[in-house]
Amino acid sequence: MSTATLNPAPGAAPALPADDTRIGLRAHLRHLGALTRRNLMRIKADPESMLDALLVPVIMIVLFVYVFGGAMAADQHTYMQYMVPGLLGTTGLNLAMALGTGLNTDFQTGVMDRFRTLPIGRSTVLLSKMIAETLRAVVAFAVLIGFAMILGMDIVGGPLKLLAAVGLSLVFGASLMWVSMLLGMSLRSAQAVQGMSMLVMMPLQFGSSIFARPSTMPGWLEAFTEHNPLSALADACRALINDQPVGNSVLTVLIWAAAITVVTAPLAVARFRKRT
Amino acid sequence: MTRIDRNAVEVHGIVKHYGETKALDGVDLAVREGTVLGLLGPNGAGKTTLVRVLSTLIKPDAGTAFVGGYDVLRQPKQLRRTIGLTGQYASVDEALSGYENLYLIGRLLDLSAKDAKARAFELLERFSLTDAAKRPAKGYSGGMRRRLDLAASMIGRPKVLYLDEPTTGLDPRTRNEVWDEVQRMVGEGSTVLLTTQYMEEAEQLADELTVIDKGRVIAGGGIQELKTQVGGQSLQVRPTRPAELPEMARSLQEAGIPATFSEESGLLSVHLTDEGQLTTVIGVLGTRGFGVAGIDTKLPSLDEVFLTITGKSSVPAQARDKEPVA
Ligand SMILES: Nc1ncnc2c1ncn2[C@@H]1O[C@H](COP(=O)(O)OP(=O)(O)OP(=O)(O)O)[C@@H](O)[C@H]1O
Ligand SMILES: [Mg+2]
Repeated sequence: MSTATLNPAPGAAPALPADDTRIGLRAHLRHLGALTRRNLMRIKADPESMLDALLVPVIMIVLFVYVFGGAMAADQHTYMQYMVPGLLGTTGLNLAMALGTGLNTDFQTGVMDRFRTLPIGRSTVLLSKMIAETLRAVVAFAVLIGFAMILGMDIVGGPLKLLAAVGLSLVFGASLMWVSMLLGMSLRSAQAVQGMSMLVMMPLQFGSSIFARPSTMPGWLEAFTEHNPLSALADACRALINDQPVGNSVLTVLIWAAAITVVTAPLAVARFRKRT
Repeated sequence: MTRIDRNAVEVHGIVKHYGETKALDGVDLAVREGTVLGLLGPNGAGKTTLVRVLSTLIKPDAGTAFVGGYDVLRQPKQLRRTIGLTGQYASVDEALSGYENLYLIGRLLDLSAKDAKARAFELLERFSLTDAAKRPAKGYSGGMRRRLDLAASMIGRPKVLYLDEPTTGLDPRTRNEVWDEVQRMVGEGSTVLLTTQYMEEAEQLADELTVIDKGRVIAGGGIQELKTQVGGQSLQVRPTRPAELPEMARSLQEAGIPATFSEESGLLSVHLTDEGQLTTVIGVLGTRGFGVAGIDTKLPSLDEVFLTITGKSSVPAQARDKEPVA
């Protein structure tokens, strides 16, 4: 058998070019488009996941405003103007958590292995998920804001400040996407990721200034609440929507977002690179 | 058509350990361009691990491997352009329809939207999935998923195709369909590395076989080659007068040849363990004047070959494993 080898024998230290097929920008964008489309189709195929994300805030608005509203503030409308903007602020991060469950599912079902045998940039898979989740968050914002306005919430600060509030929520949510990614790659199943996210989110949400003023809380809780980034986020969104001075709440949120990103993004990326 | 024999896949001393488990313990093999190599081995032999190394999914601990001339460790991106993989476990997106699964992969392989669509429909048709094309893969049966996964690995017309137990769980008709598709890919110039537990499949598709066990190559070669290598041909004699069968057998036994006969089939069979025995048999039958209507030698089946080879390797290996590690 005359077998001519394509490669020099091992050990001959061949001067092979390193991996030099760069993926061009246009190809990257095409891959990103195809993968984002796939992620959006996944959301469409599982509308309940969207419903979950919307149903919880809707129930909370109804419950808190109509059941506890009278007890919490002078009247329901005053309480709505207090609570709903803060709750809107958390929409961005609730949805960031879906990133981790989606990533986990892709690893579990072997879909990630399929992607890894394709000549695409590995970060493209991640980026496409972030884009899809952001789009989903934008839809959730639109629905929730619409719902709150139907119930009678006023956007005192006008559309630009409302957009600023949404943007701030998304920026903070984006920093939590890295945390979500880490959870998604560390835990065994998508359900575990979801459970874990809930476990972290619940105390953060209730131990914040979203539903009640920290000054009304017992001392230890007040201390926790004042340092909880979700309080700063709620305060900032509330101030923007009600056209009140934001103080240093916006800056605090941005610092938190930057700090979370600086700490968790390298960890998440390193872990992702190791697994792909 | 003249073609220079070149290796599409070359593996040199690949090692992959998982803790104490030596999934791959220094594997060497080569697959010539345009041929099908059947990779056989008992459960846990390391077949899937090898396929995953060659698909850049896991990094080997030692050794080198080239696919289509690209180094698995140093040129993974170029290598990925030349391969297609159907893993042992299906890797389809359950939420998407069969069509969308294939279209997505076409786009990721840089096909134009039009080509990706056409290719997706073409493969759905070939794997009899046209009727289910628009349904989410979640609702597919096991065999349908398997076929979708196979179709997915063929979208880019890869030069090298890895099929890890591609027909496990398929009904006989779809199995034939898959075989046809694999042969078509080979006809179009692809090289295939196929792992399988079905000897019939190996016999249908493979040009050469490599048997691995406990992470090592224990046998290799053409199918006929392996069969003769393992030896144990069986000789079957059809006498002109079937009534003489018992007498024939007795004569041979007296000459030291273990012969058996079956009155039903009217055949005398001898399990040959060395070549000299064939001469002895013919000599005995001739001098005793038995009439012989037909004589035939038969190679062992591939199943027998597989059992013999892996059986041989596992006995000393188990004994070796029991010894304390120095
Ligand atoms: N990720 C892993 N972690 C630990 N051990 C592993 C891992 N993957 C494979 N192994 C071990 O390596 C060995 C080879 O496994 P592999 O899956 O390659 O076998 P195989 O030949 O494909 O078997 P089968 O015919 O059952 O598919 C087995 O002992 C297996 O337990
Ligand atoms: Mg296997």
